[in-house]
Amino acid sequence: MPSNDTQAEAMEQTPVHVDHLIDNGELAAENAWCVSYDAQTLPEQRPAFVPLALWQNNQADTELAPLLASDTELNAELASELKAAPAVAVDFPAFTDGRGYTIARLLRERYGFTGEIRAVGDVLVDQLDYMRRCGFSTMALRDDQHPEDALRALNAFSVRYQTDVEERQALFEKRLATTH
Amino acid sequence: MYRYDIHDQTLVDERVAQFRDQMERYQAGRLGEEEFRPLRLQNGLYIQRHAPMLRIAIPYGMLAGHQLRALAEITRRYDRGYGHFTTRQNLQLNWPALEDVPDILAELAKVQMHAIQTSGNCIRNTTSDQFAGIANDEVEDPRPWCELIRQWSTLHPEFAYLPRKFKIAVSGAAQDRAAIQVHDIGLRLWRNADGELRVKVLAGGGLGRTPMIGDVVREDLPWQHLLTYLEACVRVYNQFGRRDNKFKARIKILVKALGIEEFRRRVDEEWAHLKDGPQTLNQAAVDAAKAHFPEPERRPVADSSVEAFDQLRRDNRSFARFVTNNVTDHKVPGYKAVTLSLKRREHAPGDVTADQMDAVADLADRYSFGEVRVTHEQNLVLSHVPVDELEALWKELDALGMANPTVGTLNDIICCPGGDYCSLANAVSIPIAQALQERFEDLDFLYDLGPLDLNISGCMNACGHHHVGHIGILGVDKKGEEYYQVSIGGNSTDDASLGKILGPSFFREDVPGVVEKVLEVYVAERHEDERFLDTYRRIGLKPFKERVYAQQ
Repeated sequence: MPSNDTQAEAMEQTPVHVDHLIDNGELAAENAWCVSYDAQTLPEQRPAFVPLALWQNNQADTELAPLLASDTELNAELASELKAAPAVAVDFPAFTDGRGYTIARLLRERYGFTGEIRAVGDVLVDQLDYMRRCGFSTMALRDDQHPEDALRALNAFSVRYQTDVEERQALFEKRLATTH
Repeated sequence: MYRYDIHDQTLVDERVAQFRDQMERYQAGRLGEEEFRPLRLQNGLYIQRHAPMLRIAIPYGMLAGHQLRALAEITRRYDRGYGHFTTRQNLQLNWPALEDVPDILAELAKVQMHAIQTSGNCIRNTTSDQFAGIANDEVEDPRPWCELIRQWSTLHPEFAYLPRKFKIAVSGAAQDRAAIQVHDIGLRLWRNADGELRVKVLAGGGLGRTPMIGDVVREDLPWQHLLTYLEACVRVYNQFGRRDNKFKARIKILVKALGIEEFRRRVDEEWAHLKDGPQTLNQAAVDAAKAHFPEPERRPVADSSVEAFDQLRRDNRSFARFVTNNVTDHKVPGYKAVTLSLKRREHAPGDVTADQMDAVADLADRYSFGEVRVTHEQNLVLSHVPVDELEALWKELDALGMANPTVGTLNDIICCPGGDYCSLANAVSIPIAQALQERFEDLDFLYDLGPLDLNISGCMNACGHHHVGHIGILGVDKKGEEYYQVSIGGNSTDDASLGKILGPSFFREDVPGVVEKVLEVYVAERHEDERFLDTYRRIGLKPFKERVYAQQ
């Protein structure tokens, strides 16, 4: 087996823990959770996000929570199962992979998920505002990201045209309300 | 013209501040090259062959005179005193300094302009018919609908990291002048037998590496559901579009892979949840959007003036040529739309100098209620000119070198910047355009050929729309040498079609001769008044191929 794969596999099996967590728009004092990408074996650390199937098989362990891959196809059955979880993490394998935004939005808007939805993986400062608007309540920043930049980026905009998880009235509707 | 209110202005100002912050972090090394890339692209900033390139949005092709003056000033202050109008109603600056870009964006924001989402894997600037609101074949003015789409797509939180770029075009006329069949989503506004406005939605069209004509997803969408339906389409694409191969990531590949029925089923399934939701449009919202596009206060033009115009057209051959080619009928009698040609041998197609921008802005103020349009054929339009002022305008345009009476002819070449500027290009394109314009400059010959679209792209990304040129020319690279592939039979209007490749590619210096032979076949074979495209469709590729590749 080429050494690259071995390395990648080893990395995959080491749970990831990041220091900086944005929680409801503020920097959290600490981040208790780690993220384990190992699909076969449970990590030793707790609490931990683990791949969905592993969580489904170990739901009795209340210190485990599901990690959804970016290609997860949500449906009513899965969404209802997720309601039992203490939190749900959505993985961003690369910051250019935008599927996680749709997953969070569907969880909130279609399936009424009210618990914590966390963005993990390649989570960058300049994505946080969009993530929040799509329903992420916590975002675990990639290690090299600066938390002070994150807080500034989160407050970059005071105007939005569309509806989203936070805003239920499109700007075109609000404009009508102010002119009548 | 759409005028920003406090919300629009605040958003654009905040966007400038956000980008300034991002640029500072990039320059300080806190934001890496890879991470900065999508951020700068979604503000129109490319890193190009010689310098950065900045692409400025001209939403649905509408510009006010004062905006054009501001653009002229920006090109003088931050660039080399000229700009390039593209095939998607944008203006590109070829030589801005990277560190100046936040200031340029701030200057644009002062005149209610921006470069938001003019590049990157997001929903791009929505384009439309250059004669929107004035065409006499119009069913519905597309501009208010484009503006509603612009707002819905601007900083959409869910769709900033799509698999690939996403382009929407809207047409509201009997004749499609917005090339809706070759866009990721094409929208056609039409009215049913009861006079109700409906939207025909096409998906999966596009040029580039794998050119395709769009399929109809929905024939008769009631207008109230336009935004929720678009959201369903883009959401399906965001979830299921390919992300493993950038050359297979456009929506056209998804539509083709699923088949239009399955794509439609998934969109409808998604839409069932969004339909009648909070982004459903209502009459008051549409009326508010429409109020931004009032009719100008046109003075009545006397019948005698119309008669005098017709008389001048009979008496003055040069004027008549200009009117036949560059002047379009207006929905209001006594008014015309005038197309200003940006195609001259001494400049690249679509290029315009700062002085010309100022001059056109002045002409717009004096002749056209301060309104200018940008066309996807890379020309400019003055949209409301009374016929009794046409002669004076024509003379002024002639003095500016912008009255070339060749709009719609072989000389009106669509062309990308090509290898002279673009780092993606395999070959130069501008010198090809110039060589062709030089070879075919005899007006009588051009008119005899009739309507002929010749489109040139410097690489298969197809910014010059070569697939839909009646004659298309594509620059290709073979072992470091530049060659040119010629195709014929493409068309971007209602009966859209993709061109077929003639055969092996040619050396650069041979291209004008090859085009000449293609034209000779057409002239020899055509029936009376038959367009080039129709002759090709009747006789096929073979006679052209035989003539071009005949042994000398």
